[in-house]
Amino acid sequence: MDPEAINKALERIAHEIIEEFKSVEDIAIIGIKNRGAYLGQRLAVKIEQIFGRKPNIGALDITLYRDDLTQASEQPVVHATEIGFDIDDKKIILVDDVLFTGRTIRCALDALIDFGRPAKIQLAVLIDRGHRELPIKADYVGKNIPTSLKEVVEVRLKEADGKDEVVLCEKL
Amino acid sequence: MTNQKNGEKKFAWAKKDLLGLEYLSKEEIEFILYTAEGFKEVTTRQIKKVPALRGKTVMNLFYEPSTRTRTSFELAAKRLSADVINISTESSSVRKGETLIDTGKNIEALKIDVIVVRHNCSGAPNILARAVRSSIVNAGDGWHEHPTQALLDMFTLKSKLGKIDGLNVSIIGDIAHSRVCRSNIWGLTKLGAKVTVCAPKILIPDGIEKMGVRITNDLDDALKGADAINVLRMQLERDLGDAFPSRLEYFKQYGITSERLEKCKKDIVVMHPGPINRGIEMSSEVADGPNSVILEQVTNGIAVRMAVLYLVTHAKREAA
Repeated sequence: MDPEAINKALERIAHEIIEEFKSVEDIAIIGIKNRGAYLGQRLAVKIEQIFGRKPNIGALDITLYRDDLTQASEQPVVHATEIGFDIDDKKIILVDDVLFTGRTIRCALDALIDFGRPAKIQLAVLIDRGHRELPIKADYVGKNIPTSLKEVVEVRLKEADGKDEVVLCEKL
Repeated sequence: MTNQKNGEKKFAWAKKDLLGLEYLSKEEIEFILYTAEGFKEVTTRQIKKVPALRGKTVMNLFYEPSTRTRTSFELAAKRLSADVINISTESSSVRKGETLIDTGKNIEALKIDVIVVRHNCSGAPNILARAVRSSIVNAGDGWHEHPTQALLDMFTLKSKLGKIDGLNVSIIGDIAHSRVCRSNIWGLTKLGAKVTVCAPKILIPDGIEKMGVRITNDLDDALKGADAINVLRMQLERDLGDAFPSRLEYFKQYGITSERLEKCKKDIVVMHPGPINRGIEMSSEVADGPNSVILEQVTNGIAVRMAVLYLVTHAKREAA
């Protein structure tokens, strides 16, 4: 995917979200760190362009909720979660770059529920690459990419990597 | 997010123990402070508990009385969902003559993951760390080190002034008997701060200049140009004998008062590891004044200790 395609996909997701909720008042965009948080910010900007108002926006670090802390070969780095608003009764759209096993989203749901009781949680992802290990499904998908388990989907974003692209490569 | 990502902050924490800041690199210290930022946010939530150490057990093994450090570690462990056991040696088999290593081996046999140890002998945590596989966190040993206190001091300093590198930090008080001071010197100098120690001659230990600090016996000299001061507690319970003639005399020469602060940088940060002897190291006006961050230090202590417990627990498994 090139920058244009990424932008188009986000734009479409923004429109779908607006269609679904019709109002910006009680929705909140929460990105999963790191790249999901950048995508969340972009999505919020697009929603603002259409509605004229920016939705609540936050970023969630799920490291402390991971189920593979004891197995991960590399210790994940803990970052700060930034949710500067009350999530009670909000309609939350979780944002991540790649939906794969679903385990990250499971962590994110656990983490979010520690912050309060949202009215609803939905999921938006840029890429759905399949291979779910948990019963989790995205409400908004930028692009479905069928993959094999030998492959790795790399999402690179300007904010973190200097350029926008999605590439599929073989696992080293 | 099982994918390998580029461009992310990566750092593999490899140490199973935290024995002192002397043994850590600049990068390791910075990494603990960075990790603590994440935990600081956890401590501000309504639900201040995360499952990161679920199923782990932390033991507080204290050979010296302590309330604030022990409570801080206990809260830190509980907020990580670990189980916590507190042992104070007054009521344990140590009274019956058990050696430190035997105690350690017994604790290890109980499958304790982390032992937080405070001991009156310098180096006791090092001995324990070599003897057992459990992680050892030094909560203060003799006159040697108190690494988590120095880490929380630096964390507080960084959150107040935005950086450590290039700061002028003066440590004032009983330099000779202070493990807090030693850990602070190691940490601050590694992170690029310029450290001055200030005390009456008798409370300045020989050779401290080898740690890369400036020494002065004149408080006004130590305060001039300082971005932050760390005022140590006069350890009145550790019979200091004739170290200084009287408490009042000490307060006159070395006590931090608002008159003295007026001559300092306007936003000078005043730290104290607690508990404060009001009217000996500093006046109440200063302790409760706008420059004081003493209670923030207490709050930050939990975040820093959560970071330390998290890192040592998850490091160990890699080594094993």
